[in-house]
Amino acid sequence: MLALFEDAGYIVGSYVITFAAIGGLAWRLISSGRKLGKQIPDDDKYWT
Amino acid sequence: MTTLDPADTSSNDAGDDLVAEARRTPATKATRTIGILTAVAMAFTLLWAFVFTGPDVNQGESVRLMLIHLPTIWVAYLSFTVTALASGTYLFTKKHSLGWDRLAGASAEVGVIFVGLTLIVGALWGRLTWGVFWQWDARLTTTALLFVTYIGYLAVRRLDGSHHQRAKRSGVIGLIAVLLIPLVHWSVRIWRSLHQEATILDTDLDADIDGILLTGVLVGVIAFSLLYVWLVLHRTRVMAMEDLLDDRGLDLALAERRAEAGTAARPTGEDA
Amino acid sequence: MLRTAWLIARKDLRGEVRSRGVTNQVLPFAGVTMIIFGFALDANTDVLELVAPGLVWLATMFSLLLLVQRTFDVESADGALDAMRVAGGDARASFLGMAIGRAVQRFVPESLLLLAAVVLYAETIPLDGAVLLVTTLISATCGLTAVGTLYGGLAAGSKGRETLLPLLTLPAVAPVLIGATRAVESALGTGTATSSDGWQWVGLLTVFAVAFGVGGALAFGPLIDE
Repeated sequence: MLALFEDAGYIVGSYVITFAAIGGLAWRLISSGRKLGKQIPDDDKYWT
Repeated sequence: MTTLDPADTSSNDAGDDLVAEARRTPATKATRTIGILTAVAMAFTLLWAFVFTGPDVNQGESVRLMLIHLPTIWVAYLSFTVTALASGTYLFTKKHSLGWDRLAGASAEVGVIFVGLTLIVGALWGRLTWGVFWQWDARLTTTALLFVTYIGYLAVRRLDGSHHQRAKRSGVIGLIAVLLIPLVHWSVRIWRSLHQEATILDTDLDADIDGILLTGVLVGVIAFSLLYVWLVLHRTRVMAMEDLLDDRGLDLALAERRAEAGTAARPTGEDA
Repeated sequence: MLRTAWLIARKDLRGEVRSRGVTNQVLPFAGVTMIIFGFALDANTDVLELVAPGLVWLATMFSLLLLVQRTFDVESADGALDAMRVAGGDARASFLGMAIGRAVQRFVPESLLLLAAVVLYAETIPLDGAVLLVTTLISATCGLTAVGTLYGGLAAGSKGRETLLPLLTLPAVAPVLIGATRAVESALGTGTATSSDGWQWVGLLTVFAVAFGVGGALAFGPLIDE
């Protein structure tokens, strides 16, 4: 039984690490995007 | 990262329009759509991982890790291939458009993160199945080599120089480093080793994997690929803004220096 | 173009003979490295005999970094431009010339290192083993210097290149490390390697050297052209 729980720790941990990393990355991208977006006129942004 | 003083853009009523103009973020309808699709696909992946997939005969519960482990290395391969293609396009087209360089850089950043994740999840999985976090077998060693090589690529991008110098230098590295991917993938075949042989990208087309698990992995691959697109789109746009600010900063510095040179030419009698 | 490359190589070598940098700095460094390995690994002869091929190539790699940095520092961008002028603007010739010059400079320390390892740790070398050794030496060295010249040129003149060069170069030459070590092992008969395995590794080393030689020559132009 205990072995099962240990396993679960590794498995869940892996998922948590992966999604935390992705979430963190996405968060940093969005916030730096917002910060920089305020400093550049929209005309210079090629996606607008 | 250079920044401009926001006070420059709005100090009076007429300036309010300027601020209102400079509000748009890198998010567009396209990225929002992709973002939502990504989130949905990720939810499905989790569903598959923890509800639909049953424990494996040999691997037990740890087989659930396949639903993120395979997609992460797949995204890494994809990223580095895109980096190489973008690098080549920058280097070999006449226009030498920096947009390609930024694509290469953004893609490589995402790739490095995903190789890192692959190694971490792989280590945890290895601890479960083999009892050790690391083995110096062919697949792991070459993957670690891949990781370090692209860290070198990112370091080259941070050397000082113009944007075009950055593009040229990293472009060369990007083209060379991509050759590691076939090495990693077939390392298991070249050196018979501990790590499982390729299951899905096996060129013998003999996928030896349970149906539900296979579907789950494909869902994961789709989810992570969408994530890749979203991340790269955002990152290239942020990079474009950073480059613009770099150029602006340079222009400002030059203008300041010219202004100083102009005032210095006039003699000041203040310390007489 | 080959003749221009040879001219540049000779210029490099002449400069080297005059300054004696290899004998004064690089060779001692390689020697010291070998000795330090002995300390680190507890100087147990059995262990050293097993890992001797690997150690030789490790010492080679580290001194390669020294050599590349030294050459590009001493010359700096001016040196590369000099080479370009001699070559009449043909970057490929200057790359090849520099690489060949360096490769020749490397043969001496590497041969001595190998000799030292053989004398100290292995008993006999069969004849085909000797041929394998020499071929390994040549193919590995060419690959190493091609990579070193390319990356040295890439980083030349930029701040932070001292730390960048090892980070870039060592992963890139890892295949040479593997191939050369295995080939030397099979030549010396240590471990379980056979002679035929050794020749396969030499094949890999040759492919590597050719790939980086050609790729480096093509890429050198845009890189120093700043």
